[in-house]
Amino acid sequence: MPIEVLMPALSPTMEKGNLAKWHVTEGDEVNSGDVIAEIETDKATMEVESVEEGTIGKILIEEGSMDVAVNTPIAIILSEGEDAATAISDTNTNTTNQDAAETPTTEIIAATEEPAPLTNQVEITVREALRDAMAEEMRLDDRVFVMGEEVAEYQGAYKVTQGLLDEFGKKRVIDTPITEYGFAGIACGAGMAGLKPIVEFMTFNFAMQAIDHIINSAAKTLYMSGGQMRCPVVFRGANGVASRVAAQHSQDYSSWYAQVPGLKVIAPYSASDAKGLLKAAIKDPNPVVFLENEILYGKSFPVPETDDHIIPIGKANVRQQGTDVTIVSYSRGVEYVENADVELKEMGISAEIIDLRTLRPLDMDTVLTSLRKTNRIVVVEEGWPTCSIGSEICSSVTNLAFDELDAPPLKVSGADVPMPYAANLEALALPTTNQIVEAVKKVTYRT
Amino acid sequence: MSSKSQKSVSKKDLYRDMLLIRRFEEKAGQLYGMGHIGGFCHLYIGQEAVVTGMNAVMIEGDQVITGYRDHGHMLVAGMDPNGVMAELTGRVDGYSRGKGGSMHMFSVEKHFYGGHGIVGAQVPLGTGLAFANKYRENNNVSLAYFGDGAANQGQVYESFNMAKLWNLPVVYVIENNRYGMGTSIERASSTTDLSQRGLSFDIPGIQVDGMDVDAVMEAGRKALDHARSGKGPFILEMITYRYRGHSMSDPAKYRSRDEVNEMRQDHDPITTLKEKILDDGDIDEDGLKQIDAEIRKIVNEAAEFAQTAPEPDPSELYTDILLEETA
Repeated sequence: MPIEVLMPALSPTMEKGNLAKWHVTEGDEVNSGDVIAEIETDKATMEVESVEEGTIGKILIEEGSMDVAVNTPIAIILSEGEDAATAISDTNTNTTNQDAAETPTTEIIAATEEPAPLTNQVEITVREALRDAMAEEMRLDDRVFVMGEEVAEYQGAYKVTQGLLDEFGKKRVIDTPITEYGFAGIACGAGMAGLKPIVEFMTFNFAMQAIDHIINSAAKTLYMSGGQMRCPVVFRGANGVASRVAAQHSQDYSSWYAQVPGLKVIAPYSASDAKGLLKAAIKDPNPVVFLENEILYGKSFPVPETDDHIIPIGKANVRQQGTDVTIVSYSRGVEYVENADVELKEMGISAEIIDLRTLRPLDMDTVLTSLRKTNRIVVVEEGWPTCSIGSEICSSVTNLAFDELDAPPLKVSGADVPMPYAANLEALALPTTNQIVEAVKKVTYRT
Repeated sequence: MSSKSQKSVSKKDLYRDMLLIRRFEEKAGQLYGMGHIGGFCHLYIGQEAVVTGMNAVMIEGDQVITGYRDHGHMLVAGMDPNGVMAELTGRVDGYSRGKGGSMHMFSVEKHFYGGHGIVGAQVPLGTGLAFANKYRENNNVSLAYFGDGAANQGQVYESFNMAKLWNLPVVYVIENNRYGMGTSIERASSTTDLSQRGLSFDIPGIQVDGMDVDAVMEAGRKALDHARSGKGPFILEMITYRYRGHSMSDPAKYRSRDEVNEMRQDHDPITTLKEKILDDGDIDEDGLKQIDAEIRKIVNEAAEFAQTAPEPDPSELYTDILLEETA
């Protein structure tokens, strides 16, 4: 039976990759462990080893092919006595069997109220936007440096710091040992001494080791010193739910940090906001917690082609104007909302979609302005429901605009459970399109 | 090596510094007893030779950071006793405008970086100050003080590792006063020679008689030279003793009265220095009495200032949380 070699998934979030190079040609003998190809993902170039023994019968995807979906057959390996023609007719009967639950839709819905483009827009990924923001600020201010695990020679665990070592050298792009508590403290000390550290946490799950310094050393120092001592550190990294990495690697810390006076907390969705807000965060004299999302790193958005693209901290963005309901979210939650909006549109419901972008300070003005128009509000978040960002917004709108509400404010949160590993359970633990649609129907009294 | 000069410090200066700490702390204890100082108040009485000796061998720009037993560190750094005492009483003229209290005071001007209430947190922070020194190539050294209790914190060893890995100019001064709150070092530490805690990181360390200011200065010079010359961190374990409890609310039942008395009578750093001064004949008894009188005046004025300065305006509740401008 001929064996198909499939495009491998080289990371939990990889959906497609480029077939950079074939190391074999048709007719070559291969043994288990032989390198047969090189695959480029958005994070890295990886060698693919054969797990079978046999002869390369047919190369199905040419070298240099871009965006080959995971699980696409890329070659056929023949056992003794088999021929290539049979093999190909067999593969035609197969289809890829990627699990839908694992694949977040990547459809991009155009923003309706992004800042009017004064300059050319280029499509770049969130990952590139973050890197560009750091590089631009490092060029402007030699006090800015980046430290964290694998940020330098490895080019970033998620490739966010790609290229920074080459440009800025090892003095300013610093690989640390795997000791978050220690290096977060060192960054705070360097910040107190007047430098402007950017600390990359591989993910915010590991920042729990360092949270003492984020809260006790960074957030409180200005107050405790009567305004004398600043600690301008940007703590950034992947936050929220990743893909199939289970409870200890999938958690949204938004409400934890948003509760702390003395911090600014940012959780962008689009690449444009990621870039503009990270630049603002680096320039800011206060400690900033900058919550990224691993799933969004590879997603592309238009970004103004300028090195002066700064988004003010503390301003929400109305991504879509609407009249029937206000839907508020942030970070990857915006993606859930925009997916659900497709169904809402089909139902004739006009949703105003607000991306908070900054979680502390919260831009309640923008939320309340929208609420006065729609009189109904739903908050969508990945995080746990208790004491969440959604809880805060529901409380605030009830206090500040009770008379404007035509229905109780609702939140659609992640399930109140540690994140499970199984694909089906993981999907159930995240806000679903159906939950969002149902919440909107409820506040608009539709059945 | 450096254009920044080392201070010229006489025995008289050392005596003054130590006596200022002693009298200041006695006054603070008194004010605490009268209810003028609240919360936690950790006195430095008995340990004066450590910060006095180290301060005497630092150069301009060297930074100091410590934990919550910080009054002595601030006074020798040249911070105003009025401002320190007014912070203890929670007044607006205190170093932190009354918002920090005993454990949280800072002076950017005097290179004093706190005053930290979380045991051990000052160790990576102080290592970060050293990181900044190396980054700026300014030839300064950071001194991170911590106690025998903090010496068991995990973040201390994370800091040791990075400090040596990157050869940062930092001197770790362990003030071993034998008790982490009420637990003796023997009951808390698997090994009690804390000067050797850097061995597995290739950080040299020595034990020092922390009750003898001359010994402290000699060791301090060695450690600072080591760090300043690019060889990386150095550990000084100062064997010292606090006469008072861990904080004002600690009756210190975990040690005998005899133990305390023995230290006070035979090893007091101020008495020891006083005898040396009199032996040398540089200053006579009258000269020392004059210093005593000056110090009492400074301390009494600080106490008066701290009780008459106003409390912070209620509007101060919401200031100094975030800086508005961009930097």
